[in-house]
Amino acid sequence: MKFQARVWKVGDNINTDLILPIQAFYLSAQEQAQYVFRSNRPGWAEEVQPGDILIGGRNFGMGSSRPAARSLKNLGLSCLLAHSLNGLFFRNCVNFAFPAMDCPGVDEAFDEGDVAEVDFDTGVVRNLSRDKTLTAVVLPPKLLELLKAGGIFPLLEKEGAIAAAR
Amino acid sequence: MTIAEKILARRSGQAHVGPGDLVTVPVDTVILFDNNFMSNRWREILKVNDPDSIIVVFDHRVPAATQQSATAQRTGREFVAKFGIKRFHDVGYSQGISHQLVADHGYAVPGDVLLCSDSHTCGAGVFNCIARGVGQPDIVYAAVKNETWFRVGETIRYQLKGKLPAAVTTKDAFLQIAGRFGDHATQNVEFGGPALADLSISARKTLTTMAAELSAEFATFEPDDVMMDWVRARNGKPFDPVYPDGDARYLAVREVDLSTLEPLVAFPDSVIENSKPVAAAAGTPIDQAFVGSCANGTLEDLTLVAQVLQGRRVSSKVRFIVTPGSQTIYRDAVRAGVVGTLLDAGAVVTPATCGACGGGHMGVLGPNETCITATTRNFKGRMGDPSAKIYMGSPATVAASAIAGVITDPREFLN
Repeated sequence: MKFQARVWKVGDNINTDLILPIQAFYLSAQEQAQYVFRSNRPGWAEEVQPGDILIGGRNFGMGSSRPAARSLKNLGLSCLLAHSLNGLFFRNCVNFAFPAMDCPGVDEAFDEGDVAEVDFDTGVVRNLSRDKTLTAVVLPPKLLELLKAGGIFPLLEKEGAIAAAR
Repeated sequence: MTIAEKILARRSGQAHVGPGDLVTVPVDTVILFDNNFMSNRWREILKVNDPDSIIVVFDHRVPAATQQSATAQRTGREFVAKFGIKRFHDVGYSQGISHQLVADHGYAVPGDVLLCSDSHTCGAGVFNCIARGVGQPDIVYAAVKNETWFRVGETIRYQLKGKLPAAVTTKDAFLQIAGRFGDHATQNVEFGGPALADLSISARKTLTTMAAELSAEFATFEPDDVMMDWVRARNGKPFDPVYPDGDARYLAVREVDLSTLEPLVAFPDSVIENSKPVAAAAGTPIDQAFVGSCANGTLEDLTLVAQVLQGRRVSSKVRFIVTPGSQTIYRDAVRAGVVGTLLDAGAVVTPATCGACGGGHMGVLGPNETCITATTRNFKGRMGDPSAKIYMGSPATVAASAIAGVITDPREFLN
């Protein structure tokens, strides 16, 4: 599982309420995606192109259990790398099939607009604009498999444990 | 092994687990709440593994705040009826915030694995168990299979000693830890030490609940008689308490001397490396003061607020909202005269709900307003308009500020 695209950068301690604010609580999943970073980076959601990569600093995704990872996926981002990820946020990434890895130092290795190449099988992260290479924390095989299979809902749907998506 | 490692080893059937491992464990208790049944999240569950392992709680927006939340609760009641869920906390007598109900009813015992789709589920770690908040897919999976996975992280041990001074609470201890040590992403926190003898379950639970704000994976307390008596009085399930091994490996052991603490506040938008002594914010005018949530909605918290308010009035410029953590606490506070004191002072006491803590209802903030809160979280936009400023302090600091109309040191009122 490999991605190559330009990167957007955000800082440390990006929380779930910035990604999925209370104003969007009652909206559909697709509509919620347009609210990502509305209060800290107005207008950004409209600028994101399909496949773009997001890079965060320390403690990305701290906060709530809300499906904020789903909003990043629905916005069209291909994957997320952060110096460190909140554990609950990481679970939501895997379970909603939005690729994300802890990658210590990644926030210092990239400037916004650089082009990244990210390999989720090997953990190798390259900054193609600056000829730098980092190593991310590869997901355990079981979680990588779950991510590639589309997350938890398709799995449970196939088993007949949950109803088909409407 | 640390407490978290020992429970995960025991429950995954392994002799040893450590940082970096991925474990699969059975889940004893699965808690769903009203937000899980929102139409923009819910996927209808067609089969569950064990209805008796499931608890359903309506807490975030009760009584229903909007038509959408009313619809979600209707969906939830259908789920409860379909699978014959016995432990159901609807609007009414047993209403409350799920994490408070876990304490009130003894829903977690030492060594258990408990999941709920709310980030503050870690509060149950006060009962020496593995409890964590998960997302919607995780909780549906756990309801279907009673199984989950955990990545095992490093553990930070907090060794608590000394006795809290007057007007200083474990909320201040938390603000000290978050302010000084910052986030604990990918790490577990473990609490122990001689100070436990002077800390009630409610006081300890503030620390484990607030561990979510450190981004900790698991927060666990060492077992003692106070905790075990609490659990045994509420739950007949046998348990085996889990102590850390003498040679447990910690990433760090940090001593916190509670006797040296003073009232602190976190400044707006984050608690991470953002706390200062209350003097740094003193004099800041406030529009709203709020005490409640799974972190500070206990009888002890409400009693502390009443001690500050006794014989005084809330400033005419301030809305002071108090939300008990459960209707059981509400009833006890009425019987103890606490609610009367609050009402006489001009506070508004709402039904038990997450309410304004999550910006859902019962005290949402407007543009450019300032609030001081004794709840879980002060993120930008958390309680309403993103331009609102949210300071965080202890229930005593919030009550003192409500009286003065500006952020105030509670030691001026409690000595």
